[in-house]
Amino acid sequence: MQDTPLIELSQVTVRYGDPDSGTLALTQTSLRIDRGDFVALVGPSGCGKSTILKLVAGLLTASSGGVLLNGREANCKGIGIGLAFQNPTMMPWLTIRENIMIPLKIVEPYRGQYARKKKGEFAEKADAMLARVGLAGFGDKRPWELSGGMLQRASLCRALIHEPQLLLLDEPFGALDSFTREELWDILQQLWMDTGSTVLLVTHDLREAAYLANRVCVMSSRPGRILEDCPVPFPRPRSEETTYQPECVSLIHSLRKQIADARAGEPTQENA
Amino acid sequence: MMKPLKTQQRQRLLSAMVLIGFFLLWELACLAFQVSDLVLPRPTQIFLVLFEKMPLLWPHTVQTLYTTLLGFALGVISGVLLGVMVGSSRLAYNVAYPLLVGFSSIPKVAVVPIFVVWFGAGTVPAVLTSMIISIFPVVVNVATGLASTEPEFEDVLKVLGASKRDVLWNVSLPRALPYLFASLKVAITLAFVGTVLSESVAANKGIGNVMMIASGNFDVALVFAGLIILAVMGVLLYALSAYIEHRVTGWAHRKTESMT
Repeated sequence: MQDTPLIELSQVTVRYGDPDSGTLALTQTSLRIDRGDFVALVGPSGCGKSTILKLVAGLLTASSGGVLLNGREANCKGIGIGLAFQNPTMMPWLTIRENIMIPLKIVEPYRGQYARKKKGEFAEKADAMLARVGLAGFGDKRPWELSGGMLQRASLCRALIHEPQLLLLDEPFGALDSFTREELWDILQQLWMDTGSTVLLVTHDLREAAYLANRVCVMSSRPGRILEDCPVPFPRPRSEETTYQPECVSLIHSLRKQIADARAGEPTQENA
Repeated sequence: MMKPLKTQQRQRLLSAMVLIGFFLLWELACLAFQVSDLVLPRPTQIFLVLFEKMPLLWPHTVQTLYTTLLGFALGVISGVLLGVMVGSSRLAYNVAYPLLVGFSSIPKVAVVPIFVVWFGAGTVPAVLTSMIISIFPVVVNVATGLASTEPEFEDVLKVLGASKRDVLWNVSLPRALPYLFASLKVAITLAFVGTVLSESVAANKGIGNVMMIASGNFDVALVFAGLIILAVMGVLLYALSAYIEHRVTGWAHRKTESMT
């Protein structure tokens, strides 16, 4: 493992809108994520979890402070990034297979081969991904013919098809029922263990964080900053049962308490 | 699958009946109130004239159709290009929109004489008039379609390191297609208005010209025959663009399909 972390945020501040009076979303946030790690970000709503994700994804630039990916200034071209949102954002004018193949159309080295391979190798790759998440045979369907959970699986496929070094997940299972959610946790864990990519997961579900992550970072309420960085030592592969083990339950309890404290604590100290 | 077909057939039957009923009512009203055919000829008279004068009317019909389609095509092409320019950035949208509204508020009748001065009477001013009249709805719709693209869709591509052009081709344009087709249906009917307008002011060919001369000769039945030719052509082209719309952007109209 190299010394440079894959992601390094140092003293990052983000202000939305006006540079002086706009909403302060993040203040003096620092975070290091090593290659191959699985980190979950939890915190009260509106605390800037998604802002961190957008910074890392290069969709947003920091007002001050540094965001380094692989030791270099963050922009989208630096390293392969896969992203899945809370909404599946499948384009309705494409079939599911075409939707999943979007990254292959954009990202090198696939881009150059896209015209040649979209009917053969790439389509097979997309179908193989679909089969992994239990959607075999749905490639030719249109997004509106699938349920929310199915779309979210497809969205995972799209985030992973170009074998990104970094997978960013913004509450990807938030809108799903609990059975589907737990099933997808398992699929995601499997995919992560197989590919060895780095994952940053934003979630408000503490069980989800404990199930999936190696580290759980707790954020304060707005303006956000990272309060606590808890390791999650449970052995892999974890299962739903893991989350009911006493150690896990007590971890979730302590996380919950920290978030409750963060919500109650000094929200007015912003300009101190 | 059988049931929607039946509903569709019933709808078609109904609109045909409404159309026939309209002409029937017209005919009966003219007979009942003894309206002079100099004021309002009966449908039967109009269709008779239409039938008799068809050999004479046909070249004019072709001329009007050709002029309209050419003007429409030019209008759509330049409308799409302008729309992409205006819609691709918030700044351009805000700056150009008032200009567009101003431009579109100019009555197009007023510009026909200018075109005649520039290009002489004939086909060119007619093509240009139908072109400028059909540009505006296309520009507005394409620009709106582009500007209203969900940022999440764009983010999906931006994260992958996509260029602005990638985003335009893969997200914004497909997303704007239903808007474009909606505007085509408006633009094609407007294009006819432009052509006939120009033909009736400054041309020696075309349905507009025929109607002008016919009304000068008090041949009101012929004027109405011209109107019917225009209406039929308008409906046919509208149906054609609606058909293409359905084929190309069926994804945007899925609700009506699955619900019926």
